[in-house]
Amino acid sequence: MAQPATLDPSRADDGVLRVRLAGDWLLANPLPTLEPVLDEIRGATPPRRVEFEAAGLGRWDTALPTALVAIRRAAEAAGVPVSDQQVPPGAQRLLELSFAVKERADARRALVHRTLAEQVGEASLRIWAALLDLVSFIGVCAQSLGRMARGKATYQRSDLLVAIQEAGAESLPIVSLISFLIGMIFAFVGVRQLEQFGAGIYVADLVAVAMVREMAPIMTAIIMAGRTGAAYAAGLGTMKVNEEIDALSSMGVNPIDFLVLPRLVALIVMLPLLALYGSLLGILGGAAVSLVMLDVSFVQYVAQTADSMELSSLLGGVFKAFVYGSLVALAGCQQGMACGDSAMAVGQATTRAVVMGIVLIIVSAAILTVIYITLDI
Amino acid sequence: MPGEAHITVSHLTMAYGDFLIQRDLDFSVRRGEVFIVMGGSGCGKTTLLKHMTGLKEPVSGDVLYGGRSFWQASEEEREQAKRQFGVLFQGGALWSSMTLAENVALPLRLYAKLGEAEIRDVTAYKLSLVGLAGFEQYYPAELSGGMRKRAGLARAMALDPEILYFDEPSSGLDPLSARLLDELILELRDSLGTTVVVVSHELASIFAIGDRAVFLDAEAKTQLAVGDPRQLRDSSPDPRVRNFLTRGGTDGQAGAAGVD
Repeated sequence: MAQPATLDPSRADDGVLRVRLAGDWLLANPLPTLEPVLDEIRGATPPRRVEFEAAGLGRWDTALPTALVAIRRAAEAAGVPVSDQQVPPGAQRLLELSFAVKERADARRALVHRTLAEQVGEASLRIWAALLDLVSFIGVCAQSLGRMARGKATYQRSDLLVAIQEAGAESLPIVSLISFLIGMIFAFVGVRQLEQFGAGIYVADLVAVAMVREMAPIMTAIIMAGRTGAAYAAGLGTMKVNEEIDALSSMGVNPIDFLVLPRLVALIVMLPLLALYGSLLGILGGAAVSLVMLDVSFVQYVAQTADSMELSSLLGGVFKAFVYGSLVALAGCQQGMACGDSAMAVGQATTRAVVMGIVLIIVSAAILTVIYITLDI
Repeated sequence: MPGEAHITVSHLTMAYGDFLIQRDLDFSVRRGEVFIVMGGSGCGKTTLLKHMTGLKEPVSGDVLYGGRSFWQASEEEREQAKRQFGVLFQGGALWSSMTLAENVALPLRLYAKLGEAEIRDVTAYKLSLVGLAGFEQYYPAELSGGMRKRAGLARAMALDPEILYFDEPSSGLDPLSARLLDELILELRDSLGTTVVVVSHELASIFAIGDRAVFLDAEAKTQLAVGDPRQLRDSSPDPRVRNFLTRGGTDGQAGAAGVD
């Protein structure tokens, strides 16, 4: 059974502070507070010296040297000498060891507590800085695309093809599922509302226009932000941590041309195609619901859909998908290339890539919708 | 021509943001010598390597290759200059999505005018030089740390560079592999005349291969000495340099510095 650890300071008439240590100083034991000793040392009339008495001391572990270090630091700050002759020799040596290497003058960092207002301010500044980073990254990528157009960019064709496969063909299952279900949901809602006016067949218009103009581009883009944008950030971030990007640069290869360009082009090309494909699947989903719930034939439904389609809607949707694809790829690649040098930083870069991608999609969707309405597209 | 300055570091000051790493570094590396950048942990050895290989821009000062400025040059000239050197990074820094053969072949594909069959032969030859014959189709993740490092060396010397940079070549290697790597470094210098710059704090390796060395100090934040490491050990006027090169054993004192 462990004896409770005790700490008992007493000041003698000669001005020496004697600290009696007793009991078992173990981390697993409740430990006494150091305040009485520290208060004596820091008080208005500091002691001449600090001495220890350890006659009653039992077993000890890190708990004892930790307390001694704290007392000695306080004493040093107050200019009071400390004599640790009574302390067990093992603890003495550990104490010496912890004071052997002087603290590096500029190494210590202050723990700064910030008020809420300061935190909000700093967060706002970070958002602004992130925006500036993104804009300058867009500039760098534009230069890179220019080099590609002139045939002067160094990249591997096989990388581009792999990126196209990953962003394109391998995304088909998830895009199919989501688009088909979205089409069905629209049709359900539409059937319920339009049937009341005997206009059930117009569900075809509703589904087709909504899918082609808005839903397919935006849903596909959000899927790709979570799927491909995140993969870009994690992949490039890991390469950064692993010095693979430095290895490219030191070889005279521009890492933007070599790594970012194929990914960027792949997503920009594939997202409009995926959105078109998603529109088709959404229309099929709508058709499936309508055939079951309404008294229409497949041919009627298709004819109605074809009637509602205008070229401008189709091109408008494709253009939106092009914009979203660029933004998702830029967010993913920018966060990956700006990743810090640790495993944790890769995770943060990935999270930021997805959040940034989705925010950019939604903001640009709002802006594009206003522009389309103004231009009457 | 041996003896002439191949790389000159001129009044170089390095910093991360406003945190000064090293200031006023000034030394030159002669053609065909093995030059060591040494110093304690955290003194900025690897950062200096990044400045010499164009990965980080100096706050002030310059690096000259054969008398031509590296950092005052245009982006394009700098890319050109980079092709004359190979770098072996601390962890090898192999491209993890490619096999060893593809890793070594990439610089050849980019800058050498070779056909596929020739590239395959050169790749196999370079891998066999570092003792990795037969590992062409392995991915970096399938190899041990030492093998990755050697594969990194095969890639660094794919184009027979005039200058080879090594970042802590023996760290993470067992003593025997470390010695083999040292011998390989000397062999490359002797047979190809390659100028070699090695960042290291391994004393055994420093004395075994180093012709000359620069000593960086984290406290003084500048270079304390340049010269033959053996001479520096025996007769450097600066006790900090002698202390480092004798593992703190100068002045007859045993044990770690600072214990009294």
